[in-house]
Amino acid sequence: MSEHDYKRDFPVFEKYPDIAYLDNSATTQKPQAVIDAVSRYYREENANPLRGLYELAVKATDAYENARIAVRDFIGAASEREIIFTRNASESLNLIAYSWGRANIRENDEILVTISEHHSNFLPWQILANEKRAKLKFLKCSETGEYTAEALKKALTPRTKLFAIAQISNVFGRVNPIKEFAEICRANGTLIVCDGAQSVPHIPVDVRELGVDFLAFSGHKMLAPMGIGVLYGREELLEEMPPFLYGGEMIEFVTLCGATFAELPHKFEAGTVNAGGAVGLHAAIDYINAIGFNEIERRENELTKLLVTEMQQVPHINIVGSHDPDEHHGIVTFTIDDVHPHDIAAIFDESGVCIRAGHHCAQPLHKYLGVQSTVRASVAFYNDENDVRRFMDCLKTIRRRMGYSD
Amino acid sequence: MTNFYNEILTDHNMHPVHKHELSCCTCSRDGINPSCGDEITLNLNVENGVITDGSFTGSGCAVSQASADIMLDLVIGKSVEDAKHLHELFVKMIHGDACPAEIDELEEAGALADISHMPARVKCALLGWRTMAEMVG
Repeated sequence: MSEHDYKRDFPVFEKYPDIAYLDNSATTQKPQAVIDAVSRYYREENANPLRGLYELAVKATDAYENARIAVRDFIGAASEREIIFTRNASESLNLIAYSWGRANIRENDEILVTISEHHSNFLPWQILANEKRAKLKFLKCSETGEYTAEALKKALTPRTKLFAIAQISNVFGRVNPIKEFAEICRANGTLIVCDGAQSVPHIPVDVRELGVDFLAFSGHKMLAPMGIGVLYGREELLEEMPPFLYGGEMIEFVTLCGATFAELPHKFEAGTVNAGGAVGLHAAIDYINAIGFNEIERRENELTKLLVTEMQQVPHINIVGSHDPDEHHGIVTFTIDDVHPHDIAAIFDESGVCIRAGHHCAQPLHKYLGVQSTVRASVAFYNDENDVRRFMDCLKTIRRRMGYSD
Repeated sequence: MTNFYNEILTDHNMHPVHKHELSCCTCSRDGINPSCGDEITLNLNVENGVITDGSFTGSGCAVSQASADIMLDLVIGKSVEDAKHLHELFVKMIHGDACPAEIDELEEAGALADISHMPARVKCALLGWRTMAEMVG
């Protein structure tokens, strides 16, 4: 498939040469370049960013702010003022709900959410709607996980203030037509919140090209350390929004009876920031850019195709979503007749194959699809055919292991 | 690593003896593992301090279903005090603290001993036992 063995860039595979890591939608492994960058930051550049008036603190500030510029360029934002560092996509989405939501959602307003959203892009809106006595409405998909423009147009009303949708569902793996949906939302005066947790690591994402109002994603799903995430928001929206958390280094001026707040983006970054994480995210972006999305997508699509087509040959395997491998983007969620997903995961574990079992933080979708839980294999560019072979060899034995004759 | 999908477990999962409704039982109780979605209803008939009959219904992974079935095999016909004692031994075994003689005392339930190496599955194995202990405790 490739001349280059990317696994060599990832120390975890040196330590565990025999695992087939197919849980990349949960989190990715970290390349040496990212580990080194974080280590270098703490060895050579650490001080509290944005505060100190000495050289080392300036270095720390530069390292942190350079990471913001790298993120800006990576997702095509107009300004680094539009890039807020958070802990992860969940915090980014909560920030929107708490700050924009509480200032703008009123009784009888409507919030539209897709039925396949991750709990992160679902619960903040459910809580907000309950609190404001607004109406939470659900956009439903077809059995293959497809959302249509017609259905969206029908679901929007003059009262729909916000539409929350993932660019790629963590269960279906299908890419939603965000650009088209953003246009429909704009025409209706509805803001669009896009969860990019599963898309930003795997396909080129340009926020201005897509026309989204907000985009949230996590660093740890794209080779960076855990604990660093991003919220992109259009500058005029962020300007109007009140702070989310209050505390250190997000103020302009504080008196005993009030305060004025710092400018963007620091208004939304109260307290000491995760500079080491941001530096790690910067290194992850550099690493991804050096490989390029052409190569990343080519490898991931090839592996996905191999997985889906081989799985389709095995009886009693039911793939969730489309039968077309091109609609899966590295994510293949499935069930096996008569075998509980937790038993499936345990048997894979015995063979050193790491996959996820459960509801994948998408319980409403599982209920909608009529399944209790599912199993998910998800690939990254550093996986290879051998990982798929290991997965398939084990998959074929599972029903027999559980006592079934075929 | 682990080898708990042995014949005893798969057999009890595929052909459970005690998985059925039980009319005129003296008590029944729901046991749920919310994170896995395992759910069972355990029914017991207790007369004069003896478990004279029992059954379960519900759904879940093989570990939870087989464990509940094996447990009922063991405790039906025994006194409530003996059932409580077996529950204690089972909990001990699942946490990897039981000696071979204690595991022997658990008879077929001893086939689940390897689950002590799989922390994520401990609650599956315990579901039936925990529910029974709550009923007779």
